[in-house]
Amino acid sequence: MPFSEETLARLKADAVEITGRYPKARSALQPLLYLVQSEEGYVSDDGIAFCAAVLGITETEVRGVATFYTMYKHEPAAEYQIGVCTNTTCAIMGGDQIYAELAEKLGGDPHGDGHHDIKSPDGKVAIERLECNAACDYAPVVMVNWEFFDNQTPTSAKELVDDLRAGNPPTPTRGPSRLCTWKQANRILAGFGDGQAADGPSAGHASLVGLKLAKERGWKAPE
Amino acid sequence: MEGTRVTDTLTPVLTANWDQPDSFTLAGYSRTGGYKALPRALAMGPDDVIATVKNAVLRGRGGAGFPTGMKWSFIPQNDGKPHYLTVNADESEPGTCKDMPLMMANPHVLIEGIVITCYAIRANHAFIYVRGEVLHVIRRLQYAVAQAYEAGYLGKNILGSGFDLDLVVHAGAGAYICGEETALLTSLEGYRGLPRNRPPFPAVEGLYACPTVINNVESISSVPSIINHGPEWFAGLGTEKSKGFGIFSLSGHVKNPGQYEAPLGITLRELIGLAGGMLRPGHPLKFWTPGGSSTPLLTQEHLDIPLDFEGVGGAGSMLGTRALQIFDDTTCVLRAALRWTEFYQHESCGKCTPCREGTYWLVRAVERLEIGKGNEEDLETILDVGSNIVGRAFCALGDAAPVPITSAIKYFKDEIIQHEKHGGCPFDPAASTAWAV
Repeated sequence: MPFSEETLARLKADAVEITGRYPKARSALQPLLYLVQSEEGYVSDDGIAFCAAVLGITETEVRGVATFYTMYKHEPAAEYQIGVCTNTTCAIMGGDQIYAELAEKLGGDPHGDGHHDIKSPDGKVAIERLECNAACDYAPVVMVNWEFFDNQTPTSAKELVDDLRAGNPPTPTRGPSRLCTWKQANRILAGFGDGQAADGPSAGHASLVGLKLAKERGWKAPE
Repeated sequence: MEGTRVTDTLTPVLTANWDQPDSFTLAGYSRTGGYKALPRALAMGPDDVIATVKNAVLRGRGGAGFPTGMKWSFIPQNDGKPHYLTVNADESEPGTCKDMPLMMANPHVLIEGIVITCYAIRANHAFIYVRGEVLHVIRRLQYAVAQAYEAGYLGKNILGSGFDLDLVVHAGAGAYICGEETALLTSLEGYRGLPRNRPPFPAVEGLYACPTVINNVESISSVPSIINHGPEWFAGLGTEKSKGFGIFSLSGHVKNPGQYEAPLGITLRELIGLAGGMLRPGHPLKFWTPGGSSTPLLTQEHLDIPLDFEGVGGAGSMLGTRALQIFDDTTCVLRAALRWTEFYQHESCGKCTPCREGTYWLVRAVERLEIGKGNEEDLETILDVGSNIVGRAFCALGDAAPVPITSAIKYFKDEIIQHEKHGGCPFDPAASTAWAV
């Protein structure tokens, strides 16, 4: 459904701010795609047309970019997108088992390639396989709407799914007090903060192991 | 060694304030000595800043180890074109997990490094290209950049110096290839993230065909400490040709995985000791990556090599990003190698034939071996396909793709062949998990 006039006016105002960040407007395409995804939960044909109109490029050019990057969805996403890291370290530390058990729980193929999301019938959650999410020291890692849920087990991950479906989104391990919805998360990716930057710890426990040890033993960099 | 001195085993610099609850704020960073290097640098001439970083012999912390100061000196001056700095914060190399905690806990040290770097290379516009899948890291960066503008560390006439700088946090959208510097630039220009031919190098024709420096997060974050303490201080840490300190990221089968900041040249044996030893008694180290999945696997026999550019290179691998993924003897090396091989296939951008086709065929052959249907002939096929990708691909992704499986074959050929005799993988994946007893 095409955007209403009111929505269109709001998106246009945001688009002006986004394109203004860059010396050349075309650079704004990635954040613009996040902007339209924050509105509809995915990059729809209308979203593509909007980006093309803002930048004065063809819809095909926009689609070419939108389909290259895995973070843009091409069908409506769930309210909470759950990503299980199944790259090597996380997989071996238990990510493969976590993915298999979550897939089974949601009625999907536990050994599937994960190229298509497995979505719950209520549209609340969907699971997908992730490549390395740069949190290997917290393996196995699960992301919900791109927030860190560290050191997961099959049990904790299944509870996570239950809580999300029940409307009680849990607090990320290293992240804000309030878990964003998928659409809200995409707005942050478009460059608009949600005022939650100061929430959560500076660093998680694994990030601090070396520093703690150095302090215990009186080790320092030379003055 | 001449010019180096004995230092403590761990030397927290970039990580030193991470345990402060407000380390990510301007107030927290300033309280622990932050933004002291910036006025010092602005009082120097830009060329003197470049010389200082050159003299420190800071080598790029993103994996390649190219001298940072030298990279800066390649930027042409008085060319009438805008110059750009792009920070590579795309950290997606499997195993690599240092830049994300750094930007979450200490984003201002990166921003201070960016302002100093831009002053040195005469750039008035900088970008942090951060991977998109890390929402809270992105929040912290956005917040820190806003605070730095308010404090006058960014924007017009920074600290009254007449130097202007705008800094944009740009979220990528899920593509490993964009960590490759030319693909990153293509992506930042608003296109599919495809790598470009070099030359021209980014220093001459980078972003918008203008002179551009691309540096890793940790490289730029190391700059304020070099300005504060001097190049001799930095060069006095580490080893003869690998100066300074770096963050070593331990993951996998150790008791306390995490971040350990130490002078370059520390050994894995020392690091595993610091991490409380291997995860489970009776299960020793089997194989490890020194710097992510693109660096050839090493084994127990390499526990004492110095983790610096030369030491790891001499052992037939690469220091890479110091992403030490550690696996004990419960782990099937073929399962690990297959997963990495699948990763390269998934992330190949498709631009060049050797990588696009080669990664596909590699996965087919490795898969056959893992399910017990492969034989020695498949090993030959893998090595042949691998040698047809390496050196023939457009960028380093292709060069890296065969690395996990070829290095696994080098050290564990018998185990790989065992899969056929066993009619499948002889290992129990449940025994390798974090919760296995």
